[in-house]
Amino acid sequence: MLAFILRRLGQALLVIGAMVVIVFFGVNVIGDPVWMLISPEMDQNAIEATKVALGLDKSIWEQFLYFIWGAAQGDMGRSFVHGEPAIKLILSRMPATMELALVALLMAVFIGLPLGVYAGLKPDSRISKSIMAISILGFSLPTFWVGLMLIMFFSVMLGWLPATGRGDVVRVFGIETSLFSWNGWTYIALPALNLALLKISLVIRLARAGVREAALMDYVKFARAKGLSQTRIVGVHILKNIMIPIVTVLGLEFGSLVAFSVVTETIFAWPGMGKLLLEAIQRLDRPVIVAYVMVVVVLFVAINLVVDVMYSILDPRVRLTEARA
Amino acid sequence: MSMTMTVTKFVRLAAFSLSLAATPTMAQDLVVGLSAEPSSLDPHFHNLAPNNQLSAHIFGHLVMRAADQTLIPGLAESWRVVDPLTWEFKLRKGVTFHDGTPFTVDDVIATFERVPNVPRSPSNFSSYTRGRQITKIDDHTMRITTGVPSPLLPNDFTAVAIIPKGVKDATTEDFNARKTTNGTGPYRILDYVQGDRIVLERNDAWWGPKPHYKKVTLRVIRSEPSRVAALLAGDVDVIEAVPTTDVARLKADQRLSVFEATGSRLIYFKMEMHRSPAPFVTAKDGSRIDNPLLDRRVRLALSKAINREAIAARIMDGAARPAGQFVPDFIFGASPNLKAERFDLEGARRLLAEAGYPNGFKMTIFGPNGRYVNDTKVIEAIAQMYTRAGVDTSIETLPPANFFSRASQGADGWPEFGMYLTGWGSSTGEGSDPLRNIAASFDAANGFGQSNRSRYSNPKVDELLKKAIATMDDTERAKLLAETNDVAFADQAIIPIHYQVNIWAAKKGITVIPRVDEWTLLTGISKQ
Repeated sequence: MLAFILRRLGQALLVIGAMVVIVFFGVNVIGDPVWMLISPEMDQNAIEATKVALGLDKSIWEQFLYFIWGAAQGDMGRSFVHGEPAIKLILSRMPATMELALVALLMAVFIGLPLGVYAGLKPDSRISKSIMAISILGFSLPTFWVGLMLIMFFSVMLGWLPATGRGDVVRVFGIETSLFSWNGWTYIALPALNLALLKISLVIRLARAGVREAALMDYVKFARAKGLSQTRIVGVHILKNIMIPIVTVLGLEFGSLVAFSVVTETIFAWPGMGKLLLEAIQRLDRPVIVAYVMVVVVLFVAINLVVDVMYSILDPRVRLTEARA
Repeated sequence: MSMTMTVTKFVRLAAFSLSLAATPTMAQDLVVGLSAEPSSLDPHFHNLAPNNQLSAHIFGHLVMRAADQTLIPGLAESWRVVDPLTWEFKLRKGVTFHDGTPFTVDDVIATFERVPNVPRSPSNFSSYTRGRQITKIDDHTMRITTGVPSPLLPNDFTAVAIIPKGVKDATTEDFNARKTTNGTGPYRILDYVQGDRIVLERNDAWWGPKPHYKKVTLRVIRSEPSRVAALLAGDVDVIEAVPTTDVARLKADQRLSVFEATGSRLIYFKMEMHRSPAPFVTAKDGSRIDNPLLDRRVRLALSKAINREAIAARIMDGAARPAGQFVPDFIFGASPNLKAERFDLEGARRLLAEAGYPNGFKMTIFGPNGRYVNDTKVIEAIAQMYTRAGVDTSIETLPPANFFSRASQGADGWPEFGMYLTGWGSSTGEGSDPLRNIAASFDAANGFGQSNRSRYSNPKVDELLKKAIATMDDTERAKLLAETNDVAFADQAIIPIHYQVNIWAAKKGITVIPRVDEWTLLTGISKQ
């Protein structure tokens, strides 16, 4: 187990290294950040001063060496735009994104699972067919469009929920969260639903397929022959057996919820990391982009690791050494 | 059946409790939806419009600009020219900072010491303070000596936010952590959540007329449809930078009011006037031709071929005014003789034929995508108009980050594009600024022609401009600037298209004073 985890960490370092090189030089190819930072009426002296202040007067290789040198000492660089350490900016935005992703994940489970199980148990009913049809929409409609429609319907037409922003935050164990106030939930409902829509559809499809397969298994027939109630058969025997693939997939999807909430955060003006990333890309704020990529890689590797370890605990047939590939 | 009943009941209940949850805003509270966010609370860190706009609320400036860009007294009560190299400023008496310390000349001196020394500043304010020596006469009188005659000094002072002398050595982090955000402005800062909101509270000790709103929350909503939706949903009371596609709809809405002002931001074309052949300009069959843009008649033809009225009406939904020079006619230094070129397709074709291009030529025009209002649509429309006039035009728009870097320096170190669309908003609020940066011959070391990427050069323009910006007398300077404009536009130095119209929308009953410079100032927002 320990060897497995160490090997994983080694792989993670390699991935981070490769990503940093790609992003660092990739951003440089897009354009010169100086032109995004200066105001156009500055004179040449002032523009040179900006270059020197931000280290942009040096060659890209020198800049890269400085960055590596700083990174080795734990300094990931400072944002060109904000002047603050890039990691600090990202971490300050992380709780907002995390809570959004978490609520979206819960929605995926608590909305997607019952619907999927129902569709699996009664595949020919009209309701099941509607559920499946709607899940196709969930897959195919673009997030930004759905987000705007949600705002138009729930905020503008009905006036039930606020259109944008994050509600009142409460400090819990040193982390600011809006999940402990009613006001906070009114703000998070729409963006979380928007972010969850695709995952809900995913869970519906996984659950339906799983249930249809499991319902024909011998142990289900046996349980039925034993005279167990339908609730118990579905709730215990079927659900338990279809959960493993769902948990695995959701574990991995959580990473993508956190990393790629960019569109949802922008539409709902949600003050998370995704919005920060988008602004950083628009302004070529390289230190923030690089730091963001590092944070996301670390996050993915950590989630993968946890999922693998959990999997071996849940299903004794799986040995961790097999997961080397 | 019972299931559906419960669901309906639940939904009703939820809706009811939610409507209760939406706290009714107090009469003196205001929520404003902004389109862009300040990058820092440090007023000397980043010379960027959203930062300067916020600084104006918290810190205050010696000289301020009215909504129409005329200069009005701020922390300085009055100013006068002593001799061409000396200004005298009288400061307002009885002004205090938010913490109660009185404001004096020493604070101005401390500010000028801090401005050029802000570490890691992505664009600093030192061009406004460099070469200007302050001498204290008494606590509320100072003299400023300048190395060269500086008639624009009061304009420059509208950009320098005054901090108390005690925080001269404060770092940008200190400001961002709200440790040192102590100014003399009409509002003080209560809360700052980067990426989300800024909460301000009225400073009742401010020297000016008391602003209407006591507590103001500035929310940053960059996405245009979301900003409009937030207003329609009632989350915010006022929004700035209303997207042009929504203006008609918001105007028709009984619950809302819309406020507009012609802005000083010019959208225009620059053309290569230095090299031949010009990049991305060829004969119709793709073969090499000498740069046709060097011929004034071709440039005039390209100007005549643009139907500015149609662009303003259809592409910009009325949110643009056809332009004939760098600044709108109500701005200091505009020429009374210059009007927007009339659409004249026949005239354009005739001029092209006269210049030796009876069959036209072929070119690609460039522009940023998403930097200016409807920029890509404007370029598309003009490309079609040019093609009708006989110049086969294709377009390429790029993300701003990529566009401006390549427009300034391509792979060979020269500006990369032959002809491209860009914009300019006069930062000084008067007419010399665009002339100096765009029309003057390229001489970056001395601060002339900084943005003159087409390398247009006319010694007459340089001579008149240099004379104008050394002329202390306002009337005389305005005349010289107007004359400079006349000369530059006789050459068709650029092709002006339109001035953007700045638009705000608010809930009925709230009035917003619309500003030429795109700023949203809380002192200009009130309730009837």
